This record gives sequence, C-alpha cells and structure tokens, in this order.
Amino acid sequence: MSATAAGDPPASKAETRFAEATQLQLTWWRFRRHRLALASLVIVVLFYAVAAFADFLATNDPHATDARRSFIPPQGIHLFDENGFNPHVYGLRGVRDMRTFKLAYAPDESRKLPVRLFVRGYDYDLLGLFPTNLHLFGVQGAKPGEGIFLFGTDQLGRDLYSRMMVATRVSLSIGLAGVLLSLFLGVLLGGISGLYGGWVDTLIQRLIELLRSVPTIPLWMGLAAALPNTWSVTQVYFAITLIISLIGWTDLARVVRGRFLALREEDFVVAAELAGASQGRIIFRHMLPSFASHVIAATTLALPAMIISETSLSFLGLGLRPPAVSWGILLQDAQNIQVLSGAPWLLLAAVPVTVVILAFNFLGDGLRDAADPYG
Amino acid sequence: MRQTPMAERVALAVRDLAVQFGSEQGVVRALDGVSFDLHAGRTLGIVGESGCGKSVTARSILRLIERPGIISGGRLLLDPGTAEETDLAALNPDSRQMRAVRGGRIGLIFQEPMTSLSVHYTVGNQLVEAVRQHSTASAAEARARAIELLREVGIPRPETRVDAYPFELSGGLRQRVGIAMALAGDPDIVIADEPTTALDVTTQAQILTLLKRLQAQKNISLMLITHDMGVIAEMADEVAVMYLGRVVEFAPVRELFAAPRHPYTRALLRAVPSILATPRQRLSTIGGAVPHPGLRPTGCAFHPRCGERIGAVCMERIPAPVPPGQAGASCFLEEVVAA
Amino acid sequence: MLIYVLRRLGFALVTCLFISVLTFVIIRLPPGDFVDAYIANLAASGSSISVDQAAAMRHEYGLDRSVVVQYWNWMSRVLRGDFGVSMMWRRPVTEVIGDRLWLTMVVSVAALFLTWVIALPIGIYSAVRQYSFGDYVFTMLGFIGLALPNFLLALILMYFGFRYLGLNVGGLFSAEYVQAPWSLARVWDLMKHLPLPAAVLALAGTAQLIRIMRANLLDELRKPYVVTARAKGLTEQRAILKYPVRAALNPFASSIAYLFPYLVSGSIIVSLVLGLPTVGPLLLQALVAQDMFLAGAIVMLLGVMTVVGTLISDMLLMWIDPRIRLEGR
Repeated sequence: MSATAAGDPPASKAETRFAEATQLQLTWWRFRRHRLALASLVIVVLFYAVAAFADFLATNDPHATDARRSFIPPQGIHLFDENGFNPHVYGLRGVRDMRTFKLAYAPDESRKLPVRLFVRGYDYDLLGLFPTNLHLFGVQGAKPGEGIFLFGTDQLGRDLYSRMMVATRVSLSIGLAGVLLSLFLGVLLGGISGLYGGWVDTLIQRLIELLRSVPTIPLWMGLAAALPNTWSVTQVYFAITLIISLIGWTDLARVVRGRFLALREEDFVVAAELAGASQGRIIFRHMLPSFASHVIAATTLALPAMIISETSLSFLGLGLRPPAVSWGILLQDAQNIQVLSGAPWLLLAAVPVTVVILAFNFLGDGLRDAADPYG
Repeated sequence: MRQTPMAERVALAVRDLAVQFGSEQGVVRALDGVSFDLHAGRTLGIVGESGCGKSVTARSILRLIERPGIISGGRLLLDPGTAEETDLAALNPDSRQMRAVRGGRIGLIFQEPMTSLSVHYTVGNQLVEAVRQHSTASAAEARARAIELLREVGIPRPETRVDAYPFELSGGLRQRVGIAMALAGDPDIVIADEPTTALDVTTQAQILTLLKRLQAQKNISLMLITHDMGVIAEMADEVAVMYLGRVVEFAPVRELFAAPRHPYTRALLRAVPSILATPRQRLSTIGGAVPHPGLRPTGCAFHPRCGERIGAVCMERIPAPVPPGQAGASCFLEEVVAA
Repeated sequence: MLIYVLRRLGFALVTCLFISVLTFVIIRLPPGDFVDAYIANLAASGSSISVDQAAAMRHEYGLDRSVVVQYWNWMSRVLRGDFGVSMMWRRPVTEVIGDRLWLTMVVSVAALFLTWVIALPIGIYSAVRQYSFGDYVFTMLGFIGLALPNFLLALILMYFGFRYLGLNVGGLFSAEYVQAPWSLARVWDLMKHLPLPAAVLALAGTAQLIRIMRANLLDELRKPYVVTARAKGLTEQRAILKYPVRAALNPFASSIAYLFPYLVSGSIIVSLVLGLPTVGPLLLQALVAQDMFLAGAIVMLLGVMTVVGTLISDMLLMWIDPRIRLEGR
C-alpha cells in the first residue's frame, strides 16, 4: 500500500516474476548460480546413468575369470594406423614363462582387433528387463581369452573396466538405499523430537548424543561380522544397507529437529493454529515446504558417508561378499602392497569413489546454500 | 546565498569525500562528494534517512571501510590549517599513524550496545586494552583509569562492574561502557553513530544528557549521527542534512528548524509527529523511497520525490554543493533566490 | 559450573553403560558361539571333539547360561579389571591386547593434535584472506581430504613409498624396536613413525575443521564488535586474533567432541592398511572368530577411552567459553 509518487519507475517484468516465484523456483534460481554445484549435479547424473546402463557400457563379462590373463596392464586404444582412422587394440598371445612353465597372455602387436561401437558381447538384461547382448563398444573378431581391457585385469583375469561399471551400480544404489532409510529414521525421530519437545525430545537427543560419542567402526564391524555366512548375496546387501543407515540417521534427525524447532515459533505457524488448522495440515501444508529443501540438502550431504561406509566395510571383507561387485570389493584386491606394486591399476577404483564423493559434497553444499542463503 | 560565517577552530574538515563499493552489479557510489566542517568543542549533527551514507561517512573518517569499499576521492583533514594538518584519507589504514588517531584522537560510539562489545572478555579487559593502546600506563594504572572511566559515564559501583562480562549488563549500561571505551584513549573528537537508536526512550534521554555533560567537561568536538530530528534539536549546534551520499543542507540548528532551505529538510521536519497537531490528522510522509545508490536519479538526486520541483533543470543538472563553513542548501531553489 | 561438570560426568557414565550393553548384544548376535566356530575350525583340519567335550567347553566359558546372566558375569568381572581369557589365543585378554590399546590412543591423539595445529591457522588464513590464491589452494586440498577415504590415502601412500622409495612406510616401529621393551629410545622411534599414520588419519577431520573455522570466522568478521576493536586503534592482526578468532573458536572446539570417536574409528581401518600394531587388526580377527571376550573387551575399552577423550574436550570447551563457566552463578 505504498503511495507511488510521481516519477517512480514501473515495476519491471523481471521484478514481477521474482516477486511471484514459488519457493521451489527461488531455490532453483539460486542453485543455478553456483557453477560448481551445477557441474556436480551433472556429474552425479552421469554416474547414475552409468549405474543404470552398467552392462551396456561394459565390454567383458564382469564375472568371467581366466587365470591365464591375470594382471594384464591397461590397454590403450590406438586410434590410427597405416589405413587412417581405425581404432583398435592389440590381441593377446599365449606366452609360456620359461621358469614357471605357466602360460600367460601378453599383448601381441601383430594382431589388431578393431574397436567398434555397438557390438555384440555377453548377455545381460538391460535395465533388468530386456535381455540383450548389445554393448556400447567392444572388439570384433576376438579369440577366446582376448578382448579389450581398458583398465587392465585383476588376479583372476577379470576385466577391471567392466567390473567398475557394475560396481558403480552396486555402490551407488546401496548408498541411495541407505540414505533413504536414514532419511526415514531421521525425519521420523527428528520430527517427533522437534514437534513435541519435552521429555520425548530430551530422550531422543540423548540417544543421538550417545550414538555420536561412540566410535562407529567397531560397531559396524561387529554387526557386519554377525551376518551369517549362509546368507545370500541379496540378503547381505540389504543387511549392509540397514547397518550403514543406522549410522547416518543421527545427522538428519538433528537437521529435521532444528528446522521443526525454528518453524514452530514462526508466526505463520501460529497463525495457522489460530485459524483452526489441524496438526496434520499444519505439518504437511505449512511446515514441510519450508524445510524440504534443507532436508534434501542434508540428505545429499549424507550420501558420501554412506558410500565411504560401504566401501570401507567391503574393503575389510565384512561388507558385501563376492560374487557381488562394489568399489570396496575392487579395492580389496589392492590391499596387498606386493601385489599392488606389480599391478598399480588395481587402485583405479579409488578415482570414481573420490570423484563421486566430491560431487555429492559440492552438490549438497550448493543445495544447502540455495535452500537458505542465510542459514 | 545568505552568508553565515562560523569562524572558529575547525577540528576536522571533510572535503569532497567520495566512497564507492565494487559489487557484481558494478560500482556503487555510497558517498558522492561530502564536505563539512566539525568545529572544535561543538556538536555537529548529521541527519538523514537510512541509506543516505551517514554511517559510511563516520567509518570512512576512521578508515574502517573494508573491501570492496574504497575511498575514491576527497580529503579528511585533521587539524586543518595547522602545522600538524594530516589527511586521513591518504594514510595507510593499518599504519601506526592512523591507529594512533583511532581512539587516540577520534573515538567512535556505536549504535548497537548488544553486539558492539565482545562477550568473551570482561568490560575491564576491553577498557584497559583501549587505555593502554594510547598511553604508557602500566596494567595497574590502566585498570584504575578504566574504573575512573566507568565512574565518569555514570556506572554505579565501577570497582565491581569492571570485572563483569558485557552480557551481564543491561542495554543502557552497555552503551555507557561503549562511551567509556570511546573516551579511553582521551580523544578530542568523538563520533557517535546513532548512539541512542537501539535504546528505549528513557535511557535515550539519559545517554544524551551524559554525552552533553562529557562534551562540556572534556571540550570534545562531537559528531552526532542520527535519523531523529528530536535528538538533533536537543543536541546539535550545527546540522548537516544528507541525502543519497551528499550533503544537501548545512545550517546552525536554530536556523535549520526555523527556516529550512532544502525541500528535503522541509519534508523531514513536516514528517515529525507533533503533539500540537490537530487530532486524527494524517501523518505527513515523503512519497517514494530512498533510491539505491547504484540507481541514482539523473540531475538532482532528490528530484523524483521533491514536491517543489521547478522544472527540467532539476532533472538535468546537479545543483552546486553546499560550500563548507557556510550555511546553505544544495538546491536550484537556492540558486534562484540568490540570483 | 560444578553442575555442568557433574552432568557431563553422569552422561559419560551412562554412555559407558550403553556401550557395554551394545557391545555385548553385538557379540552375541551371530548364530552359534565360539564353540561352534572352534569345532568348525577343527573340522577343517580334520579333527573333532566329542559332544561331551563340547558341552564341557560351553560350561567352562559360561555359554550355557542365560544372556542376562552372561552379561552380568562379564560386567562384574570387567569392573574388577578382569577381562577374561581370549578363546582364540588361550591367554588373558589384557595380555593379548597388551600395548595395542595405548598405541591406538597415541595415534588417535596424535592425529587430533595434528588436526588442531593444521586446521586452526589455515582456517584463520582462509577466512582473513578470502578468495586469495592461498585460500583457493587450501580449499581444494581440503576437498580432496574430505573426498578421499583415509584408507585409500594410506594405500596410495604405501604404494608410492614402496614403489619409489623402496621402503615400507607402514608400521609404528623400526624392525629392531618392534618387540623390544619400553625405553626412551623406543619412544623416540615411535615418535619418528607417528607423523605418517597421524597425518593420514587427520586429513579428513582437518579438512572439515578448516571449513568450519573458515565459515565461522567469516561470520564473526562481519560483526560489530570487530569494528569496535579496530576503532580502538589495535593492529589488524591483534584485533582479529583476540576477538573474532576467539568467538569462532567455540564451534571449532566443540567439533573436537565428535572428532575423537571418528579418529579412533578411522584408526582401525588405517592400521589395517598400514600394518600398525594397534587394536584394529586384532579386533577384525576377534570378530571373525567370534572370540567373545576379546572382541567385547576391545570394543568396550575403545568406547570408554573415547568417552574419556570427549569428556576432556568438554572441559576444554568450558574453559574457553565464559558463558558456560558462569552458568551456575
């Protein structure tokens, strides 16, 4: 209700749009200005795309072992030869070590295997539904035991590149599942804590403090070691998800509780109560939209911890078990320093772990800043 | 223009002070050529709406403006016309010379007593630090001086209060401590940046009385920054009215209230609610709002809100600034009258 | 203030109790017990024991009583300092653990110390010289520290050390001191080997603390009391170190409380990779073999020591913040 004196410029279109934008739009616009967070979003999406199409991107069967081609170093793709543009890798030749009499495969430069897009390879179910054997790229005309090994092979002759693709799927999905469970626990307990206050709040807060003052790894190890050997891979998978989520919920609960406490005092909540709105309506219609973005940000920031947890547990041998493949399991092979010094490419799995954790951190930071620039 | 000479010693002369802030949207001129004189032993009131640059002026004098703000022009002359004349604008802000001025020659009283004192150290600790910064007193001597200062600003039982933490004191007491800190270095100039805005009315009156007494006692030149015309009427000897980074009028206080020259001053005075007004009369306001310094209107900065515009000249040209040392207004109306 | 201390002490005790129960529950979780695992081991090497012998073993270890009774037996002995006998090694648990627990604490405390020493100055620098080249470099390093799980860093360091320097950078002692009795020389040897594991362990925590310090200090630097300090004529350095840094120190110090359990946890995995003679590798073995007394004792002791460490940091925090000290007044 301001009296516009003569000479005030009319509100521009941009200003009007700004004044009428919803909370979600405002958050998105603020987020867009963080170029690092935006780049991280792209990276995260790419990673999940890899997870979804893992088998399509893979070149060799991740589980197929062949002791003779163990520890083959990463093969480079040669793009040109005397015929011009002709991507190819070298074939392999059996070489008998004259001292041990063991047969091992080594690169044979006389044989060239063309690398092409959209080749037929091993069988799998695309997106879990469509049986196919089409892969993004691969070699043609390979003899048994040959193939393209972009990142080399491990001790059992398994292609590391293909295993990394599949590991991405497992590690990312477990991280996501774990975080969703944590979210559920966190929102539930944090919500009760913040909304009702009193002794319930104190009790839950004490519980959270208790859990935070206890060193967690010995506990996880204990829980994980308690899983029977007889359980199937899937059962173990779900159990591990449960275990890691039990650690992460405390942080989320604190964020949720904090938000509830702050919101309870807000005038618009009191106004809603005075207007006679029911408890449920107040929570879902009025409070939830206010802190949804905070919770999303906190959840995104909790993901890296989940991924590290699973990777650590599997690395110790207490997490997922073969034949499951996760980054932690891939890194297990790198534990022995003797082995590692001969085959350093075994450490390559460290790269996606680091990149994805960085990406989630930047993304979560960006989301948090966008949700509440002053928080 | 009527000549009103004010020929006394000038403690601080500000000449064409220009301060700008760099930001993503470009350069914003917070101060656009501010000039005035602060006479020794007198009170200069600086009044204006929020955003006119009053606080920036105070901070600039003490070189407390931080990146991305810089002083882009003008001079800040301490002891002008004497052998020790120093241009504060030319000094390095962290130099020994400038730091000796801060607190030692010019003290600063802050607006927010709640947040201007650190909660981690006692009142005494913070006072003693200020005392020792500008004297060669020993720890014991400084402590005695601190207690004396607390007594001077009217804090009861200063010997016990000196060891209290700021959060143990009320707002009024904290502001008194703030005044004590400003005086700790024995300055001859004190800048009070809205010292009573955050206080309730009764405490306001007490603090103002205290300031007047201290000024008389120590012969301090006081620069009082406020948006409250009532405070100006009570405390100031001379008044500078600021708008959007410029001084638009300057006059001795009586003259300002009796015969304001600038339309903005007239509007400000009209806006003060009067106990003598007819009941239920609509309060007078100044239409529109202070523009953002980055979106400065062309010509006279006040013209979009001015009810006494004389035509195209107000929109095209900037009126001549008020010459320091004289009463006057920066307005084309003035020039018309003088012509 | 006394009330505050008592409250923290009481809470610490409750936490220890909670840890003991949790530990016991976890140890009892796996189906079957030590005797089953023992029998399975024997079977793998081709021998076995009779049912009677198995029952006798169970009785000897108290495995045939109810869970509550077992817990009570265990706790009452623990409180007297008797942690029982390791079923795997057939020696008293305290003997098996030996120095390892102390070494775990030494490494964790060293990492904590390193974290403080590095994070505090860098955090301050980053805030005061925001957007400078140094700030940028430290921020990047910090992010790497956050993203790289500490055992990976250990692996990478081990690899480079082995490959290019030809030495094993793991372990806490040189070969000649591994089994030697304690002496000044041995302590010095330990000191020489500490920096690497402590640094690996400290990295993630350091990165996080730098961010916390930087963010908090940036907030504080904007506040009015900093201007007051400058207006008194103090040098920039003194004004910043005495006032906003002090204020930002609060959240920084309270972060320690949750850093310590994290470090103790982390040391377990890192010691596995670096081959440190700490509690980590032993715990893993004990868990896999379901050696109840040994695993339980380790987890319990780790938890208690962590709680003690947290209590100490709480006391430190109290000393720093006068507002807590005066609560009682």
